Formats: sequence, C-alpha cells, structure tokens
Amino acid sequence: MLSLETNKVLESIAKMDVSAHFMEVCGTHTVSIARSGLKKLLPESIKLISGPGCPVCVTSQSDIDYAIALARQPGVIVATFGDMVRVPGTETSLLETKASGGKVEVVYSPLDSLNLAGAHPREQVIFLAVGFETTAPLIARTVQLAKAKGISNLSFLIMHKLIPPAMRQLLQMKEVKLDGFLLPGHVCAVIGSRPFLFLKEEFGLPGVVAGFEAEDILLALFMLAQQKKEGRAEIEIQYRRVVRQEGNPNALKAMEEVFEVGEAEWRGLGIIPHSGLVLRQSFSDFDARNRFPLEIKDSREYPLCGCGEVLRGVLAPQECPLFGTVCTPDSPVGPCMVSSEGSCAAAFHYERET
Amino acid sequence: MCLGVPVKIVEIEGQDALVESGGLRQKIRLDFVPEAQIGDYVIVHAGFAIALLEKEEALETLELLKDADVIP
Amino acid sequence: MKKEIITLAHGSGGKPTQDLIENHILPRFGNPALKQLLDSALLECPGRIAFTSDAFTVRPIFFPGGDIGKLAVSGSVNDLAALAAEPLFLSASFILEEGLEIGELDEVLESMSKTCAETGLALVTGDTKVVEKGAGDKLYIASSAIGIRRQNPDPHPSLISPGDAILITGPVGDHEIAVLQAREHFFRELELESDCAPLWPLIKSLLAAGLKVKAMRDPTRGGLATVLAELARASRLCLQIEESRVPVKSSVLAACEMLGLDPLYLACEGRMVIIVSEESAQEALTILRAHPLGAQAAIIGEVLEKPEGRALLSTRIGGRRILAPLSGEQLPRIC
Repeated sequence: MLSLETNKVLESIAKMDVSAHFMEVCGTHTVSIARSGLKKLLPESIKLISGPGCPVCVTSQSDIDYAIALARQPGVIVATFGDMVRVPGTETSLLETKASGGKVEVVYSPLDSLNLAGAHPREQVIFLAVGFETTAPLIARTVQLAKAKGISNLSFLIMHKLIPPAMRQLLQMKEVKLDGFLLPGHVCAVIGSRPFLFLKEEFGLPGVVAGFEAEDILLALFMLAQQKKEGRAEIEIQYRRVVRQEGNPNALKAMEEVFEVGEAEWRGLGIIPHSGLVLRQSFSDFDARNRFPLEIKDSREYPLCGCGEVLRGVLAPQECPLFGTVCTPDSPVGPCMVSSEGSCAAAFHYERET
Repeated sequence: MCLGVPVKIVEIEGQDALVESGGLRQKIRLDFVPEAQIGDYVIVHAGFAIALLEKEEALETLELLKDADVIP
Repeated sequence: MKKEIITLAHGSGGKPTQDLIENHILPRFGNPALKQLLDSALLECPGRIAFTSDAFTVRPIFFPGGDIGKLAVSGSVNDLAALAAEPLFLSASFILEEGLEIGELDEVLESMSKTCAETGLALVTGDTKVVEKGAGDKLYIASSAIGIRRQNPDPHPSLISPGDAILITGPVGDHEIAVLQAREHFFRELELESDCAPLWPLIKSLLAAGLKVKAMRDPTRGGLATVLAELARASRLCLQIEESRVPVKSSVLAACEMLGLDPLYLACEGRMVIIVSEESAQEALTILRAHPLGAQAAIIGEVLEKPEGRALLSTRIGGRRILAPLSGEQLPRIC
C-alpha cells in the first residue's frame, strides 16, 4: 500500500485555505472515509458529502419487493449478495422470508449461482443482480456462461445502474452546492475516467478517481483541493496503479454484448433515462422478469424515511429525525441504515460523537 | 463492496487462476484480464479480476507527491 | 465395517444410555465424583466461587485447531479465568442428534478430556439426550463450570481507572475465520487454525507474579470491539485503542478483505482482553509473552476519562472514531 506522510498531506491541504464541498459517489469510499476518521482531520472549510454510491440503497422499493416476492415463489431459490438480505421492503425482507421457509442463498460471486442451479436441477435459481459498473461485467459474463452451458433453471433479476447519469441528474436538481467529486475507483477501473468528462464540460466541476485506502482518498482530496485553488476543472486519476482513462476493454465488451441501456428507477432520484441496464433480446430467456412476471402492488417506502434525501446529499445521516432512534442497523427503516455501504450505516457504526 | 487489496497470481489454468494474499489462496476468473501472467497483481471483485496493477503507475503516484513537496 | 451411530435408544435412559456413559464418557474423565454416578456430584469447594454457564452450537463440530468439545471446555474455563477464577468443576450436557457417528462423539470426548487435564478441570456431572434426525445439528454441548476466585478484589469494570493500559493476549479473529472456512470453504487454501484454548494457565502466571488485574473479558461473539464497548459502558470511562497496535494475522486480514469482514468484530476463543494499571503494563506484557498462549500479546491502548462510556479507535492516518458494539450479524457482503 502507499506509505505516506499523511500529516504532510493534511498540512498541505490546510495551507491551501480552500473552501469546498466535495461529494463521493461510492459506498466503499463512504465507509473508508468513516472508518478512518478522515472528516475530522480535514480543515473545517472542506466538507465531504455522500451521494448515491450504494447500489443496494438506490434500488427502488418496487424492485426490492419484487425480489422478496420471487423468494416466496414455490420451487425458487434466490441467490444474492449478502447485502440485500436485511433490506426492508414494504412488508418484509429477504431475511424474514428465509426465516419463514423461503429459499435465499447468500453468494460471494455471481458464478456461485451457476453451481447452485446445477446442484438444484428441479428448482429455479434467480440471481439478484445489483451493482454499478464494477459488478455488471461479472453478471454479463455469468449470463454468457449460463447460455453457453445451456443452463435452463437459472435467471437473473437485473437491477444494475450506471453512475454518471445519476450524477448528472443530481447536479441538474441543483439541491446541493458542490465543488467537485471523488470518483469511484473500481467503477472507473471498468469504464475509465472518460465517462466523467461531462462534469468538466457541462458543469465546470473537477473530479478525481480515488483508490480505497484512507491514504488514497486523502491524496485525491489533495488533488481536488488543488484544482479548486487553481480554478481548474479536470478529470484526474489518483488511483493510477489500477485505473486507466479508457477503462477495461474486456469488461466493457462483455457488458456491451449482454446488456443494453434503458431507464431505471432510483431511490431518491426517481426515473432517470439511460441509467440502467437491461438484458439484450438474445439473452431475454435469462431475464427473471420474463420468467416470473409478478405484479407488485402498493410498493411504498416508509413515509418518514430519509434515505432519498441522504442519497442526494441533501441530508446528512445524523440529520434524519429517525437516525439512531427509530432507525438503527438492528431495526432499519430504509436500506441506507442496513447496507454495508449505506451512508447511515457508516455514520451509525463509525461517526457518532467521539 | 469494492475490496481494494491487490492479490498475486500464483497459478493459471485457462480462464481460472489461483491468487494469493497473506497466506490465503482463492480461485478467481481472468476473463477481463486475459493478459495477466503468474506473478502479476490484480484487483479482484466477486470472483473476477477486474484490473491488472501497473508498477509504473504506482511509481507515478509517488512522483506526484514529490512534486507537491509532500514527500522529499 | 458399519460405523456405530447414536440412535434414539441411547437417549432413553436404559442400557444403551448406560453403555454410553460407562464405556465412552467415564473412561475419559476419571475422577471420584463422576465415578459415583449419582444424580448430583458431591463436592467440596475450598473458597469463594465463580459459576458460569455456556452453550455451544458451533458448525462444523470439527475445525482446524479444535472441535466443539475443546471449545466447550475452553469457553467455560475462559469465562472463569476472566474473573481470575481457577477452574475446578465442569458439568457437560450433550444433545446428540440421531445418526451421529459414535466415533465422532469419542473424538469430541477425547478432546474434552485432554483440555480438562491441561487446566486441572474435572468433569463431575452431566447429561446426555438424543433428538431425532433433523432436530439437532449433530451435537450441541451445554456446559457449566465452577471456579475458585483467586484475586481479591475480583476483577471488575469498576476497578478500571484513567491511565490504565489495555492489553490483548494474541492476534484477533483466528477462530471465526477458521470456522467460516471449515463451514463454507470460501478459499482454496487457508492455513489458519482456530485460536481456541483454555487460558487459565496464562492468567495464573499473571496472578502468580503478584499483578493485580483490573478487568478482563474474552472477545468471543462480537469480537474485540464489542468487548471494549461493553467495558467502556460498564466502567463509564473511555477505552481507546490504536488500530496499528492490534495484532491480526495476515491471513485473517486477507480473508476479511475478501469477505468484507472487520477483524475487530471477529470472535476469538482463546484470547483475553486484560486491563492493568499503567505501572504494571510492561511487566504484564513480559509475563504474557513468556507463555505460549500469550506469545503475541500486545499493549493496544489506554483508558481515558472522557468521552464517558465510549470505546474509541485511533486510526492509521491519525483519525479517531467510535467502536460500537456489533449490531446484527456479519455476513459476507459485496458491491
């Protein structure tokens, strides 16, 4: 890892005497920042805001309810990343569904769903495909493998979303004054830094692609502060050891072959055009929405849930009236408090008053 | 969660590879980094390598720090 | 050769039950109280006693570094050791699932016998019950243990004061990762054993040197962070540790990275958090390190006056954040 004199970086940032609000749009950044206690080390004039960087958190309530409804179907095994399991839907959660007899398997990799399908030939396995551009290529490849192997008892509930359109939407809403962005390290490892040029071109804002160690984030903030100080707006890469401007062509190719872009509903941001992925016609057999066309009625978020505003950076987790009282990781009202990358969970676990 | 620790490739068999980190070995897929060789470091996400670490870029970061007078 | 298994008959109290006790349990735990096979063990207790109760449901029942039997004995011993109590008597009740191989039961009993012998603990009473296949997961053990209190005043959070040193007897997280791997086989290769061990001999060496221990807790479920949060709340002081000083094996760190787990919240079954005065910290460390069970002991932090009731972590980059008790379960989770 980087061995760095963090004191010196912090001093340099302080010396710049810059006033800025920077937003990060990656749940792992949210957690890394909270775990390192970085916010309190920065000068008061630099504020870090969490944006819609948690893929489970931005999943719409109707999609959550759909996933839960699938798990209640007889003869179905739902395979999912662990994070989705405790998210509260309108009525219940996957965890509760599992406790009352539904089959829910937590997997580490989408490839595990191939094995699961093979091990349970008389049941239908459905993989919950949540994640941004880092995860989408993996599911694309898995779908390709499922097709190549002729696996007939596996389908995918595709809920993948794309980060740049959400950022554009957020900026167009003009709710939060922002001076720049920390860009997601592994999303950029896949799509490169070029898709974020719109920040500079349309909004005159700088962005720096940051790695995940506290030292990486600190360096990236240094680069952002420096740009702000010098009145520049460039898209730079701090995470050079992993990220290239053009991204990973092999991963992009897999995504291109399997998915096309469509509109998607984001918790907190509404329906955003060209912001979600959908399986192409040639893979439509593997679409769980086709195999299990369930009607989800009366999907609604808890009325006082602040997740939407937290995801847009309008509300800090601690400012939500339910934070820490009605809403805790053990009894979450919304996904932001229960997802491992949720802003509220990070604030609850790491940032309550020291 | 984007897990950031680079792991070292110790065995390759077609699209599968064995990676090592801290004495632990894990099987992963190399579909997205077909150019990876034994001894290379990769970033792994949910069972797939998604990026190959470039030694040059790591050094470049240190250069940046030198320019900013952050390190001597 | 067909393997001998536990059947419902073994739980009915008749000959098969007797056979189990006399031919499998008794030979391994030869002590006068147990041999009498009375409804209760008749014992002499030479002093003020500590009494603990635990239940063990670990899966799988055999894992690198131990098994449910060693775990049951170690867990009970460590609960006593945390109060500076010398383990004397153990009670163990076995819930056996129909179909459990008797050979596996023998292995567990053997392991318990060995672990008892290491600490001078005598199994004096217990019970065996059998449940139908599917109603129990191979084998559960419920144990209780009695120990003699060897420090006056007994270690207690109320003894903790600002300036005290916080020590841990070894690297954290080995047990939980070893068991997780044995259960789920996430990794192709993982050379890691559970840290499962009875710690009385280690604690005894501290007491023998005349050291006064302020408070102790073994970081089992919820791990180091949860124990520190509990001690902070109970003592109404601030317990602050430094991230860079907490010993963690590189394989545990790597596993945590891959699975998205936090080593500070992983269960240990052979580690103790020990709080001593600032003056005795170095001596305590030396004594711990001189013993094989404490070879990698470390001073990881100190007690402060404020903020009251909080456990804090001083991070690698110089930040500070709270250590909250574990909420919910740690599931492997991913983006």
